[in-house]
Amino acid sequence: MAKRIDVDDLNVYYGDFLAVEGASIKIAPLTVTAFIGPSGCGKSTFLRTLNRMHEVIPGGRVTGKVMLDGEDLYGPGIDPVNVRRTVGMVFQKANPFPTMSIYDNVIAGYKIAGSRKGKKELDDIVERSLRGANLWEEVKNRLGKPGAGLSGGQQQRLCIARAIAVEPEVLLMDEPCSALDPISTLAIEDLISELKTRYTIVIVTHNMQQAARVSDRTAFFNLAGVGQPGKLIEYDETSKIFSNPSQKATEDYISGRFG
Amino acid sequence: MTSASAPGDRDNNDGGDGTAPHRPDTGDQLHKAASEHATDATDAMASRLAANARSDGAHSAPDAGAADTRTPDSTAPRAVPDDEEIFAEAAAGGPMGPVPPQPKRSSGASGPSESEISGSAVRLGDRIFKGLAAGAGGLLLVVMAAIAVFLIWKAWPAIKPGGENVGNLFTTQAWRPQSDPPMFGIAALLFGTVVSSVIAMLVGVPIAIGIALFISHYAPRRVATVLGAIVDLLAAVPSLVFGMWGLYFLVPKTQGFQSWLNQYFGWTYLFGYPDATQASDFGQSLLIAGIVLAVMILPVVSAVCREVFLQTPRETIDAAWALGATKWETIRTAVLPFGRAGMISAAMLGLGRALGETIAVALVLSSGFAISWHLLEPGGDTFASTIALKFGEASSSPLGIPALIAAGLFLFVITLIVNSIARAVIAKKKDFVA
Amino acid sequence: MSTNLQTAPKAKPSAMRSQLVGARLPKFAVPLTAIVGIALAIGFKYLLSWSGWSTTVVAAAVLFVIVLTGWSFSVEGRRRAKDRLASTLIYACFVAAVVPLVLILVYIVQRGWPALSANFFSHSMAGVGPDQPGGGIYHALVGTLEQVALAAVIALPVGIFTAIYLVEYGKGAFARAVTFFVDVMTGVPSIVAGLFVYTFLLLGTGARPFGFAGSLALAILMIPVAVRSSEEMLRLVPRDLRDASLALGVPKWRTITKIVLPTAMSGLITSALLAIARVAGETAPLILLVGYADRINFNPFSGDQGTLPMMVWDQLGKRTGNSGEFTDGRAWGAALTLVLLVLLLNVIARLLARLAQPKRG
Repeated sequence: MAKRIDVDDLNVYYGDFLAVEGASIKIAPLTVTAFIGPSGCGKSTFLRTLNRMHEVIPGGRVTGKVMLDGEDLYGPGIDPVNVRRTVGMVFQKANPFPTMSIYDNVIAGYKIAGSRKGKKELDDIVERSLRGANLWEEVKNRLGKPGAGLSGGQQQRLCIARAIAVEPEVLLMDEPCSALDPISTLAIEDLISELKTRYTIVIVTHNMQQAARVSDRTAFFNLAGVGQPGKLIEYDETSKIFSNPSQKATEDYISGRFG
Repeated sequence: MTSASAPGDRDNNDGGDGTAPHRPDTGDQLHKAASEHATDATDAMASRLAANARSDGAHSAPDAGAADTRTPDSTAPRAVPDDEEIFAEAAAGGPMGPVPPQPKRSSGASGPSESEISGSAVRLGDRIFKGLAAGAGGLLLVVMAAIAVFLIWKAWPAIKPGGENVGNLFTTQAWRPQSDPPMFGIAALLFGTVVSSVIAMLVGVPIAIGIALFISHYAPRRVATVLGAIVDLLAAVPSLVFGMWGLYFLVPKTQGFQSWLNQYFGWTYLFGYPDATQASDFGQSLLIAGIVLAVMILPVVSAVCREVFLQTPRETIDAAWALGATKWETIRTAVLPFGRAGMISAAMLGLGRALGETIAVALVLSSGFAISWHLLEPGGDTFASTIALKFGEASSSPLGIPALIAAGLFLFVITLIVNSIARAVIAKKKDFVA
Repeated sequence: MSTNLQTAPKAKPSAMRSQLVGARLPKFAVPLTAIVGIALAIGFKYLLSWSGWSTTVVAAAVLFVIVLTGWSFSVEGRRRAKDRLASTLIYACFVAAVVPLVLILVYIVQRGWPALSANFFSHSMAGVGPDQPGGGIYHALVGTLEQVALAAVIALPVGIFTAIYLVEYGKGAFARAVTFFVDVMTGVPSIVAGLFVYTFLLLGTGARPFGFAGSLALAILMIPVAVRSSEEMLRLVPRDLRDASLALGVPKWRTITKIVLPTAMSGLITSALLAIARVAGETAPLILLVGYADRINFNPFSGDQGTLPMMVWDQLGKRTGNSGEFTDGRAWGAALTLVLLVLLLNVIARLLARLAQPKRG
């Protein structure tokens, strides 16, 4: 079951530096939420706090609450490893494991955890995940080849297949198309619309058309200046953000007056 | 770009000449063609580029070299017409914009003229430079070949079948080339070399990898920087010093440990030493030699491994984290596979050092020339230590020196084999490394 | 599409929590286990009357690892237990290896420091017997510096040019052969390099050992190190920089000399210094090629020369039959000087590297 995310007054730090200040957001299950904003406004940083990836960076820490179906991800006793199993992530740069084949990449989540699934079951998972990522037809005859040998767009879809193979509840995407050509981008966007039926998706993008195309709701992040923390300025229906935003800064950004 | 020709140029048949045999590097045509296109303007830009590059990368003092980079040869009139580079001229000349008048050119034409892309002066410089570079590489091959040839040649009296050696070169456990008749064999040397190196690898490499992982992925960053520097420094400490430490510190301090091993694990045969009656009987054994070697190769191996581990792409590590891996699982999934080739190289580097280590072993081991699987028994020899220890007395007999050279030859061959195996292993896995 | 975002319920059934919550050992688990391990090991020591403490330390460490992993396995599960085991072992590697390594340095300083004095640096060993005090390392310092400098003069240009060839020109079978033999040469033991120079320079010609012969052997050892590290430095120069220069119509060799080399200069100096440091302490080839002289010989091209490693070797050898009171002190003093020399080269190299490239950690 896809889960909802409620962030309450979250501050994100790199060491002593406050990167994102006082962000609160409520993300409904089975929706696509886009984070937009100028570079350096902390949207990617914020995204990484949603599955506790932020703290793998030395000095990275947060205050505040991130609730996954009412359960605080930063609460006592929570194991970040379990959090990341539940909240999958796809990165800006496609990052298949260079030493693994396509097949092994897809089941990496299981292999990592030392799961003892049978060959048949793993085969099923690979096929289902690759189909889910619209990649099956392209790679079904070369599953034993290195994942790094695929094209950029295929690699990114392989990463998506890898992320959904472990059946997460939420899928985070950090500018998944920024390094891809328009055709590959389109393929990923189509895929996002399909995945929406099963996962709660949060996507960071620099491309406002993309945000408008794929997302149900959009959050606009901004920062007052260099060295200032990023803030969540406005969060609303995508159609409203792009047609009639309530904040001046959002309108300026959308209409291309800055950023 | 015009290709208006200067008299004498044969620029029209460039297609045919593109494969002319006198071109050494056809694969590099474009760059080369571009490089022919030297003018004062481009050289000036290049010098600025160089200056920038230097101050960028080096923060160095004002660059004296950049000011005087203009030597006449790059603009000197070209005597020999060159006809193959036209096709790339557009690419080379495109971004240059207006070219200032060129006083040295008789044509004085505005815009690039034919003479700019032809000429041999620059090519001469390129040839000389490439020759120097390739020559240096060639010298290496010559040296390696010479090592093999000279060692075989000078060791021949000792290794030739039917020579004066009454022992079997491969099985005799003795080293008496000075006796009459001479009797020597490499069996004990080979045994000591291999066993001490294997112990060094078994003990040293896992610990070295552990240290490298600690520094690269476990220690806080500030601690890691300091530790990395210390390990690097230790990698440069002369082996002689490790040998002295082994002899003066490790041997006396580990007698209790060796006797303990004998007491509890003597049944394994390897750790048995039936003749020992007290702790002080233990000491200069192959095991300790191996441990000294392990300590000696630790810094080198871990320094190389650390470098490799640090190069693991951030994205790959993130990928493992995001799949819900624990720290160890992240390392096993992302870091170790990425660093496998590097770890093998590092281990081989360490093995090479251990196999060939002379002084540390010569100091720690007490020579015996007999094979014993009781690793705690004092005694044992390696190729290298024997060469060093027996060298002084070797010249007194006709076979003394050839016998030692033969030992050196075998050591050389062993290191060659080890290196080749390592390279083969690394090459095999290349497919899967981005 | 639902836009009606009600506030999240504050509490959820515990069944839902189990998915994210992982059972963890309490914070005091590690120190507690350590205390238990040490106590058990000490108990063993007295019960079984082990001699020496090294065994007890090893036993304590092993017990610690076993207890902690077992505890973790029973509470946190297999994956966490593995993680803990790996972390513990990796930390143990550090403690079990880096600490002793640093102690080696401390040990050398301890033994060698008393010998160091102005007299020690300014006098040779001429006429000083094994059971006499005094004497110094001046002759050996001269020899080492001269021979290493000569080796560097030979090896560094060859090494750097080979690296240039491999990085800038290297293609095809010849380049592959060079790369292969650089690797092989890295593995050539120092004693073999010494033997080689011995066979073609001294053996048969009847020549006496002399300093430059040692330099040649050191050069053979230095070349592959210089090639490898210079190659690495040259490869760090961005491809774009070369392309920019070539596209401006700069000849290739001038691109190399004016752009690639200056950009990589600090790195090249660093690698050169490290290559020098690598061979400065080599002893084995010197035994064969240089011999040892306890008087000052400034001429590396004729006659035995003292060197620091050989002086240590010599003094250690003369120890037999004596108390070693004076020879030991001198040996450790010379060894400490050698270490300091090597460390000095390293520190300079690293400082240069850091000054030049602040961005590279």
